[in-house]
Amino acid sequence: METYTLLREFADSWMLLFLFIFFVGVIVWAFRPSSSSTYEDVANIPLRNEDKPATSEEART
Amino acid sequence: MVNYIKLIALALITLCAMIAANYARDMAYMVHALLVTVVSGGLFIWTLRRVGDEYTIRQDEYMDDVIRAGVIATSFWGVVGFLVGVFIALQLAFPVLNFEWAEGYANFGRLRPLHTSAVIFAFGGNALIATSFYVVQRTSAARLWGGNLGWFVFWGYQLFIVLAATGYLLGGTQSKEYAEPEWYVDLWLTIVWVAYLAVFLGTIIRRKEKHIYVANWFFLSFIVTVAMLHVVNNLTVPVSIFGSKSVIVWAGVQDAMVQWWYGHNAVGFFLTAGFLGMMYYFIPKQAERPVFSYKLSIIHFWALIFLYIWAGPHHLHYTALPDWASTLGMVFSIVLWMPSWGGMINGLMTLSGAWDKLRTDPVIRMMVISLGFYGMSTFEGPMMSIRAVNSLSHYTDWTIGHVHSGALGWNGMITFGALYYLVPVLWKRDRLYSLSMVSWHFWLATIGIILYAASLWVAGITQGLMWREVDANGFLVNSFADSVSAVIPMYVVRAIGGVFYLTGAIIMCYNLWMTVRKAPAKEASLSVTVPAE
Repeated sequence: METYTLLREFADSWMLLFLFIFFVGVIVWAFRPSSSSTYEDVANIPLRNEDKPATSEEART
Repeated sequence: MVNYIKLIALALITLCAMIAANYARDMAYMVHALLVTVVSGGLFIWTLRRVGDEYTIRQDEYMDDVIRAGVIATSFWGVVGFLVGVFIALQLAFPVLNFEWAEGYANFGRLRPLHTSAVIFAFGGNALIATSFYVVQRTSAARLWGGNLGWFVFWGYQLFIVLAATGYLLGGTQSKEYAEPEWYVDLWLTIVWVAYLAVFLGTIIRRKEKHIYVANWFFLSFIVTVAMLHVVNNLTVPVSIFGSKSVIVWAGVQDAMVQWWYGHNAVGFFLTAGFLGMMYYFIPKQAERPVFSYKLSIIHFWALIFLYIWAGPHHLHYTALPDWASTLGMVFSIVLWMPSWGGMINGLMTLSGAWDKLRTDPVIRMMVISLGFYGMSTFEGPMMSIRAVNSLSHYTDWTIGHVHSGALGWNGMITFGALYYLVPVLWKRDRLYSLSMVSWHFWLATIGIILYAASLWVAGITQGLMWREVDANGFLVNSFADSVSAVIPMYVVRAIGGVFYLTGAIIMCYNLWMTVRKAPAKEASLSVTVPAE
């Protein structure tokens, strides 16, 4: 089989399926049950550590 | 030790550049070799004088000096790029401005890529580098990684801009839209870009937050995708190592497709994803409230990058490109409308509960109108990608109008907003020098864009209709020159719009300059609470 046909068939079958499932997975992940409280904290990241880097005690890792 | 390696490398580069200048086969290459000689020779002396100097990197402070330089470079290149734009707009309206004595250097054909690269890569690129360095430090709560590598990125990028710009004027171009620089300039940009990625990723890895904030996701996708696009679209073989001319490895329609895969994703990842990174940080900052929906921002991110990469073929409707490919590009462009508007709504709704700020704060007004123009051009774009609409709009000035409502409205306005936010913070000023000047800038820029876009809608549709008009026997009614003379008045209006926009940018530069010079310094906040007595 020539390279073009091979890649083309792979792209419009398995790769398409993979990308689609990945994308649906992202949406499901964003709406997972515990996400609201996590994202509330995350959304506030820009509003802290304005002037200087966090010290290791302040780190939120 | 590092200094000695640097000195040896710089000496070698200087020597090679001198040899290259000697054997140069064309003007652009020789000028560039001499330029590299001067720069690397100068750096050699500068490094030599600093051998033995000791300096310490303070990990308890953000690295803001390189961002201050970036803010200055952004403002400078912005005005340069807008000025060249106004001039070439006037050249179209008044062809006599293609001066006889400057023929071959400063006529429209040479200056047009200078304008597009100056505004996209010099103004937009510097804005992206500066704001991404600012945002990644604040949202990672860590100092920029790599010590002085950030400075290498900054100055290396400026050298790229100068090489690209002088190359265009002297004829060193590979004639690929938005990828005009020749092979050695492309190689240099690749080195700078890898350093940029290293600095950005290094800072993210050192972050003191568990989560990587969404703005960094956008910036990272911009850096990685632009690297990929740049390399694939510039796979060229130089004719001679001592000349600027090179030949691309792609042939025929594949070359066209690679070019527009690059070209459209330069819009999608350079001018959209990168600037959305800016939006997701500076709008919450200026509004003093978190983004409307973080979940929406995640879906926005993944939807945008999954869809944009396929939209390129809509630039090649009715060409040798197979129909399935051009249909694919059209369908993805239309689907792309959704994440674009999702992002716009997310930005706008961040202000919910604080809409009164629109009345009092001209900076946030600027950011909001940038989202308005983003929404407008991301609606117009998908519409123009539909094959039937494209048959009318393609090759006309409608396309140029569309690009400018996106670039001036979305990219320009959000950058101005970020600059107005950054200057008082970076130079530790209490406030901007003048808010009424910001309002002047806002209105001049807005009216300028409206004049620009409206006149080119009229011009573009006029051209499209005149080109397709046939008489009862099927003969074309108009010659091309007829359609040119029909749109001259619109070209004059477009140039006036450009003058408005340029004037606004000059007012901004004055305002920012005076903010640094004259605005009251910010008082250090009390670190110890004083008991009330």
